[in-house]
Amino acid sequence: MEWRQKHTLFGVLLYVGSTVFVIYMMNGQPVDKVWNALFWLTQLFVAVNAVAKSFLQESVSRFRYYYSIVKPQTFMLAKMIYSLVLQTFMTLVSLILFWIMLGDPITQNGLFACVALLGGVSLALVFTFISAIAARANQNTGMMAIIGFPLVTPVLMILGNLALKAIAPVYQPGWWTLAGVLALFDGLVVVLSVILFPFLWKE
Amino acid sequence: MRQSWWKIVCVALLAYTLIGGMLLPVPRLFILNETIRNLYFHVPMWFAMVILFAVSFWYAIKYLRSGKMEDDIYSVQFANVGILFSVLGMLTGMEWATYTWDGGPWTGDPKQLCAALCMLIYFAYLVLRAGIKDEEKRANISAVMNIFAFALMIPLIFVIPRMVSSLHPGGSGNPAFSKYDLDSDMRMVFYPAIIAWILLSVWITSLCIRLNLIKYKKDNSFRFELEEKIAAKSKA
Repeated sequence: MEWRQKHTLFGVLLYVGSTVFVIYMMNGQPVDKVWNALFWLTQLFVAVNAVAKSFLQESVSRFRYYYSIVKPQTFMLAKMIYSLVLQTFMTLVSLILFWIMLGDPITQNGLFACVALLGGVSLALVFTFISAIAARANQNTGMMAIIGFPLVTPVLMILGNLALKAIAPVYQPGWWTLAGVLALFDGLVVVLSVILFPFLWKE
Repeated sequence: MRQSWWKIVCVALLAYTLIGGMLLPVPRLFILNETIRNLYFHVPMWFAMVILFAVSFWYAIKYLRSGKMEDDIYSVQFANVGILFSVLGMLTGMEWATYTWDGGPWTGDPKQLCAALCMLIYFAYLVLRAGIKDEEKRANISAVMNIFAFALMIPLIFVIPRMVSSLHPGGSGNPAFSKYDLDSDMRMVFYPAIIAWILLSVWITSLCIRLNLIKYKKDNSFRFELEEKIAAKSKA
């Protein structure tokens, strides 16, 4: 059902490409730590642009139509799965673009890819829920930024730290616990949104 | 809630906390010295905040189940006063940090960061509420957001601080307590201080709730009267 809006997909792809290009023009090839920070910032903005639109673009009447054919839990899960796939795809695209344009500081490719995927999943889940809230609150994009940024700041902090391991061979004691916290956080978001979404949907 | 005895207890304990907290002997510790007295003010603020947020969370669930506007008013006022106490806790903590951590009020300590993030999430809750005009919709969405915020506050305040090292007293392990709380002179003031600040926070909240309930009833008096008339007619 989302394929109807192909132009947004290509729009986001173009957005990723131009962001990476702008970074390249302004900065050349950055050092490892900056590379890491830039990568996650790009991910954040891609998530805001791609995933967060999922609820905001639907019109009210179409919501009513969905409401009449499926249970709210199913609808929420479907939205989450869709945004998961989308965000994973975007993460891979931007990862490849970063490799091409900004150099390759990564020492452990597999590990970084795993962290990037986990990051894509977390961002997608959080932003789907936030966009569900924001869509009910007067379809306002500004609202989404206000609610969203405090929520994703801890996620991004954890992700940045996780990814550093794949970049620089520093010893990090609590790496697995950090990864565990992030996974738990994802689980929490999924459970909460499935429980709470029916209440949001009531007219 | 309208009885006066607990308010008297609150005032008495607060007076005791202020006087005792400033004058009673405290152990002399390296660097800390007299700043240890901040324990009587800074720590109870967070206790009060956690309790207020928990009650607010409870009323948010209650609202979603019952749909009564009264529950929404309870939930919001508890969250409001909780935010006030978190600001106070942050300010007292920052002032203390200026003199003991030697790096100004903000040092980017993990515990400070987590507390700040938690506050930001609750600020977002307030902004969200302010942005919605329709009353019932606002109550619904903000209750959902409240539950979400509380679920995030638990890991931010209780879990992550236990996992990273920090300058904050308590070191690794429990985020707030450590050996020097065990001094028996300090306990004499510390426990009453906790009770006093919690009572004060509940007192403030109950006033806010009563004020807002009156406002709500006044704004909707027309509707209530109408409902009563309809009920009377249907009886007749």
